[in-house]
Amino acid sequence: MDKRVADLESAVAPIRDGASVMIGGFGSSGIPFGLIDALLAQGATGLTVISNNAGAEETGIAKLLKAGRVAKVICSYPRSPGSIWFEKRYEAGEVELEVVPQGTLAERIRAAGAGLGGFLTPTGYGTLLAEGKETRMIDGRGYVFEAPLHADFALLRADRADKWGNLCFHATARNFNPVMAMASRHAVAEVRHMSDTPLDPENVVTPGIFVQSVVEYGVRP
Amino acid sequence: MTVMNLNPLTDASLAARVAQDIPDGSYVNLGIGKPTHVSAYVPEGREVIYHSENGILGVGPNPPAGHEDFELIDASKRYVTAAPGAAYFEHSDSFAMMRGGHINIAVLGAYQVAENGDLANWATLDEKFPPAVGGAMDLVAGVPLIFVMMRHVNRDGTPKLLKRCTYPLTGLGVVNRVYTDLAVLDVTPDGFRLVELAPGNRLEDVQAMTEARILT
Repeated sequence: MDKRVADLESAVAPIRDGASVMIGGFGSSGIPFGLIDALLAQGATGLTVISNNAGAEETGIAKLLKAGRVAKVICSYPRSPGSIWFEKRYEAGEVELEVVPQGTLAERIRAAGAGLGGFLTPTGYGTLLAEGKETRMIDGRGYVFEAPLHADFALLRADRADKWGNLCFHATARNFNPVMAMASRHAVAEVRHMSDTPLDPENVVTPGIFVQSVVEYGVRP
Repeated sequence: MTVMNLNPLTDASLAARVAQDIPDGSYVNLGIGKPTHVSAYVPEGREVIYHSENGILGVGPNPPAGHEDFELIDASKRYVTAAPGAAYFEHSDSFAMMRGGHINIAVLGAYQVAENGDLANWATLDEKFPPAVGGAMDLVAGVPLIFVMMRHVNRDGTPKLLKRCTYPLTGLGVVNRVYTDLAVLDVTPDGFRLVELAPGNRLEDVQAMTEARILT
């Protein structure tokens, strides 16, 4: 088994117009900058992007928004200092927004990867974000039913990989990357370093079964 | 008409006041904005472990210029360091710590707090302004002690401590204590109860800046 691909271009080649794409990262850490650039060059449009943030300035997801490739954003925190492209597209009504509490976003993604039909969470009970959703009282406390969140693709950033697709991460760059690997039908990981030898099984964070392809991209802007 | 003579605390004094109430040995989540400054004022000798929802327990001080690790940030997106004993983890584990009741205290900013403990800190009524919730709803759903830290009134002088919130809620009946630049107030079953006034302020003046009644 060898999940290594030669370059970023081949890694994003299967992504078609209208695809749902999970993109790892939180703030400026753990973002697959190389894969996002490759997706921009590849040209797929009408995308649903699932990520914690909606990009800042002219980097990452903001590039896809600027180029008009994003039809919908599902995220917890679209506003960041300098998130000008999201704000422009949102104000003009050119991008649909679904705001999801951050822990609910992570857990919906995890539920999809774990084969669950959803879960009950106290988060958001009684608020605008629970409107129209099923609720249930458990031991006197209100819970909201949240559905699993699947995606066609996941674009991830990891520190190291081996040819089996095992991944390990660096510092807070881990964030959403492991759950997104699990929840997508096709997960692509960009890694700082491709190991020629197997990663130590004790240090593998995302087992290769969740990853379809890995590509080395050492740079991070 | 009464002549107002208000003496608001500076941001630094407010952060120092909140820090006094963070006990030794606690796991604490500091929200973005003003709450991030609280850690600098926790008295010597107390060990407090800071959680940041992007996947670190044991947030250390900001690194000196030139020594930043671009992949090591906190929830405010500032460069940080890992304190001795720190751990990294992925997002669903991070929110299990919050929702699962493992974090002891969260300090959050707010647009509005109501006398029944309702909190509004994620969305205004401005439709052009995209709402952004982040981890606030998860924190208030799972952390047993919620401290709010904010200015007592808005820039235009309108009250933020209300009978009922007018902005969309983050959580219902979740706030335990409010620290403002004019007073510290506990949320009780009867409403806001005064803990203390900031030095140099009179209750009648602070009450005049508060829509809800302040019990003493």
